[in-house]
Amino acid sequence: MTTLAISKPNVIQLGRLTLLFRYMRRNKSLAIGLTLVLLLTAFTVIGLLTLDTSRAYPLSVKPKQPPSAQFPFGTDFFGRDLLAAMVVGLWQTALIGVLAGGIGTLIGVVLGFTSAYFGGIVDSAIKGICQILTPIPPFLIQVIIAGSLDKRNVTIYTMAFMVVLLSWMGVTLVIRSQVLSMKERQFVSVAKLSGMGDIGIIFVEIMPNLLPFIAASFVGQVFSAVFASFYLAVLGLGPLREPLLGNTIWSAQSQGAFFNNWWWWPIEPAVAMVLILSSLALINMGLDELANPRIRRTE
Amino acid sequence: MSIKRVIQRLLFLVLVIWAASTITFFIPRLSPKNPVRERFNQLAMSGGFNPVDLEVIIASYNTKFGWDKPLLQQYWDYVSSVARLDLGVSANKYPRTVMQLIMDSLPWSIGLLLVCTILSFIIGNLLGAVAAWPRSPNWLRMIATPFVLLMGVPPVIMGVLLLFFVAFRLKFLPLGNAYSTGMIPDWSSPAFVLDVLKHQILPGLALILGTVGGWVLSMRGMGITIQGEDYVLFAEHKGLGGYAIFKDYYLRNALLPQVTGLALALSTMVISAIIVESQFGLPGLGRVLSQAIQSNDFLVIYGVVLFITIAVATLMVMVELFYPLLDPRIQHD
Repeated sequence: MTTLAISKPNVIQLGRLTLLFRYMRRNKSLAIGLTLVLLLTAFTVIGLLTLDTSRAYPLSVKPKQPPSAQFPFGTDFFGRDLLAAMVVGLWQTALIGVLAGGIGTLIGVVLGFTSAYFGGIVDSAIKGICQILTPIPPFLIQVIIAGSLDKRNVTIYTMAFMVVLLSWMGVTLVIRSQVLSMKERQFVSVAKLSGMGDIGIIFVEIMPNLLPFIAASFVGQVFSAVFASFYLAVLGLGPLREPLLGNTIWSAQSQGAFFNNWWWWPIEPAVAMVLILSSLALINMGLDELANPRIRRTE
Repeated sequence: MSIKRVIQRLLFLVLVIWAASTITFFIPRLSPKNPVRERFNQLAMSGGFNPVDLEVIIASYNTKFGWDKPLLQQYWDYVSSVARLDLGVSANKYPRTVMQLIMDSLPWSIGLLLVCTILSFIIGNLLGAVAAWPRSPNWLRMIATPFVLLMGVPPVIMGVLLLFFVAFRLKFLPLGNAYSTGMIPDWSSPAFVLDVLKHQILPGLALILGTVGGWVLSMRGMGITIQGEDYVLFAEHKGLGGYAIFKDYYLRNALLPQVTGLALALSTMVISAIIVESQFGLPGLGRVLSQAIQSNDFLVIYGVVLFITIAVATLMVMVELFYPLLDPRIQHD
């Protein structure tokens, strides 16, 4: 008996890392955005570990020094070391963004699911509130809330809370429409017929399909939370003591930084903000591509 | 357009205005601060009031402004005064009313907003249409790219960067304010008008540069869809020139849905304009708001915010109602 001498086909099984790398090469905006976020995180973490963060607060160093070997980012009118101020400011901005973005997404997802899955009066109530609130620019209401608070009591956490209060409507409407279309699919009817409970259907059948949408709305929420807290701080409604990026721009402009030749003071937070916002926008675009395979590009 | 539709939208508008005024009424009441007391505490710290007298003064002011009435009564008074466009008095610039402050600054804001919104809309849509048009030369297409990249830069930061590069480094344009110090505001003298325009260039650019990209992207998407339509193909086969097709068949049809986008972009534009105004020290609504924030002038803060909210909501509903006049294909019913 002869054995057939067929050599085993040579299948190259690519490692997960290689596949991930290849996907990133195709999805350039996600790759660049993530790299930028990593760099910013590295800057913040290394800064927090190596620098004295008390120098980010007033009266800690010699004021009004231009960038030099001793103060790479210079110092401001109030005697903050701007390098330390940037590190702490980035950390606080990230904290507000992730906190407010996370809670906002959570509220939106819960309300969206409740509204779409149970329908009826609950649905019309939630939808109606969202529709009435949508034409009112959230930023203006945040101005009222921030203006009603005592300026000495405003902290990073109250900022995050103010932003959350008015940022869940968009997510609610998006998740609601997604669940509405998902609810009519066959696999949900099958699950219902096989006696699965509401909670089971929501978490086991529908939720996994919506994860890319939830991730994309989370990044979108972080983006708008960073934006909203930045705008509030630029108007002078932020926690005045903290070196939040918007606060730094506000204090630089109210001290007439350009008129006085202290150009480095407002420029640094502005550049940091551009980096944060563009990295988030790029990640959002990349996640869109991930969630929506139709616009995926081939290599 | 049916009457029923108009009434429906107007009722919705009234509902939105009611919601906005309810929010601006109740949120400040939830906070323990009393605007009158805050203001007098501030004065007392600088001026040395007798505490007993201060209480009497505060009590009499509370009566005058109706802050001592029951909450529901206050709420009714507030909503009915908003309906009459009466937004109270400024504490800081007493006896000027909030409405007077708004009316004084409104022309500046409207001027900046109108010019910037229209310019950004026109430039963005033209660039987007050109970018999607298959016959446009390559160099023309390239112009749109930098604007799309600039979308990541919010107007305030654009303002800081422009101030730094154009006004501070190159010294081309002034660093802020509405007109040069020492100028006498006189709208009939051409020198003054020229000076004002020179001061408006940077805030205008700050608002326009970051917003053009949005129009480019949506117009390009619209343009690509319309190219495939049969009537464009028909016009080509009929032998019409490229420019005629571009203008009458392609641009006009792609532009219509963009008008709806204009209503949506309005609220972002207004907020950006407010912040840019306070940044450049222009005497518009933005400066009224930021000055009120700094001096704890609460009624002005609430009044300006409510005014802007009502204006934005009204404009959005207006665009929606007038849209069928522009696009006869759409009929509300």
